[in-house]
Amino acid sequence: MKPKKAAIEARGVSRVFAAKGQHAVAALDDVSVTIHENEFFTLLGPSGCGKTTLLRLIAGFDFPTSGEICLYGEDIAMLPPFKRPVNTVFQNYALFPHMTVAQNIGFGLEMLGKPRAEIDARVFEMLKLVRMEDLALRKTSQISGGQQQRVALARALAPKPKVLLLDEPLSALDYKLRKDMQIELKRLQHETGITFIFVTHDQEEALTMSDRIAVMSKGKILQVGSPHQIYDEPSVRFVANFIGETNFLNGVVTKNGRVKLAAGPEIEAAGSSSSGSVTVVVRPEHASLTSLAKGQLKAVVSNIVYFGTDTHFHVTLADGAVFMVRQQNSGGAAAKLSQGDKVGVLIAAGTARILQD
Amino acid sequence: MAILASTADTQNAKRNRWLSAPALISIVIFGILPLLVILVYSFLKPAPYGGVVWKFSTEAYSSFLFQRDIFDDTLQFTPDYLIIYARSIGFAIFTTVVCLLLGFPTAYFMATRPPEQRNWWVLLITIPFWSNLLVRTLAIMFIIRDEGLINHILIWAGVIDKPIVMLYTNFSIMLGLLYSFLPFMVLPLYSSLEKMDFRLVEAGFDLYADKRAVLWRIIIPLAKPGIIAGCLLVFIPALGAYVTPLILGGGLHLMIGDLIAQQFGSGRNWPQGSALALILMAGVLISLFFYVRNTTGKMHHG
Amino acid sequence: MAKPVLDIKSQPGFKTIAILCLAILYIPILILVIFAFNAGDLVMSWEGFSFKWFGIAFENQEFRNAAKNTLMISSVATVMATSFATLAAIGMTRVKPWPGLAAAMMVINLPLMVPEIITAVATLSFFALLAGAFGLNFGIGNIMLAHIVFCIPFAFMPIRARLEDMDLTLENAAADLYASPWQAFKRVTLPLLMPGVASGAALAFIVSFDDFTITQLVAGPGQTTLPLYIWNKIRRPITPEINAISTILILISIAFVVTSFLIARRRKE
Repeated sequence: MKPKKAAIEARGVSRVFAAKGQHAVAALDDVSVTIHENEFFTLLGPSGCGKTTLLRLIAGFDFPTSGEICLYGEDIAMLPPFKRPVNTVFQNYALFPHMTVAQNIGFGLEMLGKPRAEIDARVFEMLKLVRMEDLALRKTSQISGGQQQRVALARALAPKPKVLLLDEPLSALDYKLRKDMQIELKRLQHETGITFIFVTHDQEEALTMSDRIAVMSKGKILQVGSPHQIYDEPSVRFVANFIGETNFLNGVVTKNGRVKLAAGPEIEAAGSSSSGSVTVVVRPEHASLTSLAKGQLKAVVSNIVYFGTDTHFHVTLADGAVFMVRQQNSGGAAAKLSQGDKVGVLIAAGTARILQD
Repeated sequence: MAILASTADTQNAKRNRWLSAPALISIVIFGILPLLVILVYSFLKPAPYGGVVWKFSTEAYSSFLFQRDIFDDTLQFTPDYLIIYARSIGFAIFTTVVCLLLGFPTAYFMATRPPEQRNWWVLLITIPFWSNLLVRTLAIMFIIRDEGLINHILIWAGVIDKPIVMLYTNFSIMLGLLYSFLPFMVLPLYSSLEKMDFRLVEAGFDLYADKRAVLWRIIIPLAKPGIIAGCLLVFIPALGAYVTPLILGGGLHLMIGDLIAQQFGSGRNWPQGSALALILMAGVLISLFFYVRNTTGKMHHG
Repeated sequence: MAKPVLDIKSQPGFKTIAILCLAILYIPILILVIFAFNAGDLVMSWEGFSFKWFGIAFENQEFRNAAKNTLMISSVATVMATSFATLAAIGMTRVKPWPGLAAAMMVINLPLMVPEIITAVATLSFFALLAGAFGLNFGIGNIMLAHIVFCIPFAFMPIRARLEDMDLTLENAAADLYASPWQAFKRVTLPLLMPGVASGAALAFIVSFDDFTITQLVAGPGQTTLPLYIWNKIRRPITPEINAISTILILISIAFVVTSFLIARRRKE
């Protein structure tokens, strides 16, 4: 694979807030990450994890207390935002209410001193890109939320930045619009080839849109990888828990590399661990229910939750642990189960993993 | 590297200080410095035609309570100034209370109008608020003086045959103060009540309270910041009122305000006037102190 | 639909008191204004409708001088006070607290907290001292300086309120789009601040225009303003001329309040 050029490189970045008379809070704690050119990179995590802080540091609205932030090799950490070829799409859009759509989109180019003709041409190009040509002369307060979102995008793309930052831009949109915009953003990123750094707390969004994801918690980056890697190969408990549903099984590593579960059987699990006792993760869709005799684990059905397309079966294992199995509702024996039934649980081969922490 | 994040902060702080400088410097030089000047003046001797003589003396302050007997040179307790101060405080308290009693229902009524209507009510109250105080006081004078409207109508209707003396009395001053400061009470009250969450009132009714209980146990406590602000906005100016006693008090110097002015005018005793002004200022500061004590703890910034 | 049994918002008697208060506030002014149109010479005996007293008032040279002085003083005070207040509001609102900010806020609000008579005598003493000890007398500038000081907090309040309402991210967005701090201020902050500035200027003007107490004590001979002019006229036999001049002042106040009000309404849309 062709080596990818680094668009943004953060090295040892920390941002510590020290309020008088209170403990210093590290919004970012020694964070290092490389974001490649042309990729759709997502910072994912719960609120307070530091993802927005990192974005602001890249944009220039805040400065790190230590560390470097390099844009194509040049350290920009201390540059004011108007000196960085990086543009932001704000969560609340931050459109200038006293200017029209066209004026908003052309603002960045105006500030850069571009000639009028060039500005007009580029604004027109952008309006076509986000499909808003007939709204050019409207005041931004007179257009809908979804339209404002697209204007914010066009405005940030117009000056052809090296990197585009998006701060939870879809959170204010309703479900259908959000889905549409996700596809739209993906398309735009491909068409323009600009590096997108996207911040969200919605893991589904992250999985569908990103080339790579960085999962963050409490000021640290826990894991960076493709959506597949993050989902199928979570390295730490937080990541496994945050992304999708997970089952955690306690066990002990045996001499032949398998894991003896506290719930009974010995199973194959990918990965290794330095310590003897480990936690194994199994995704609910990688497990299935069968008769008591044929199952690897013995369990009792404790709750059944119907979801239209699937059903979630909550079962209790021999050691008292709770386990969830997800099955598609395509008929079959599982449909006839009820609370209290004794069942067997099968774990599909090659899907169990050992957690690193 | 750690220094750099805070450098940006201090740069901003410097910029902000420079921005605030013109306003602050103006007020310090032409607002605070003059107060220091009268502080100094209050400890000097009066010059014969106004102004001061630069000799130290505490007579301005001692005259507040004592008069030197010209015959035997002893100090005699004179209550004159104290009476005027007490009367002013009394007037100010009376004005505040009545303004509150009238102003609260008015503000509440305004705050409970439908939103589109509310703006017009606010406009109606705001106009007297920003109208010339002198003119408004004159309006009162025109009505209550001996040749004024009320007497005119009563004599014409045959109810009385001699005019009722209303001007240049305690009554005229109280009326004038009330009239002057009523809008000052209504606006802060309205501000506070308008922001009130009426769902709390609904909750009160839901829990078996009647209208009276809801008023006293829910609405009034919630409006407390507005009430305090309004009282302060009325009490302090009423205490130091000048125009009202000047026009409606007729040279009797019934309140501190025009008493102080007189010392700087025909009274030709600037140190005395300065001392009286500072004593008034002390009273104001005490009221403010109580205000601050009452509101910090409840104040949330941002 | 049946009428609701309980109107939760109404309280007994409040409506009556409210109407009463508004009546109390307006009736004296209305009477004053009505009698300005009295054709007769005595204030209280109505002899028909006429504009003559307005004419008499305008023809008076002293009136014109007073009007000129008032306009001059108030215009200068408004411009200066509003400019200072705008700068101060920007430096003090929604910023990271800088050392001395709390004290600065108190200083800005100081003129509002001190009763006018105290400010008046203090200012008088101050300028007397300047003239006596240093020979510094700015003439009508003394009044202007005094006005600037008490106008600043009045201009400050609406500007600050407007700033607090403003979306802070807009300035970030401008910087993000390559605007230098000055450009961001000129193209984004200032235009959006304008309604507040206009409101503040209107308030500052009317407060300066209407001022009596401070102006009376600080003004020297020949420095009469309209309120002082009215006061002088009260000492002499009262004619409807006073009503006429008072009416003019009331109309000016109304004009400014309504203007300020409309500006504030426009920005809410």
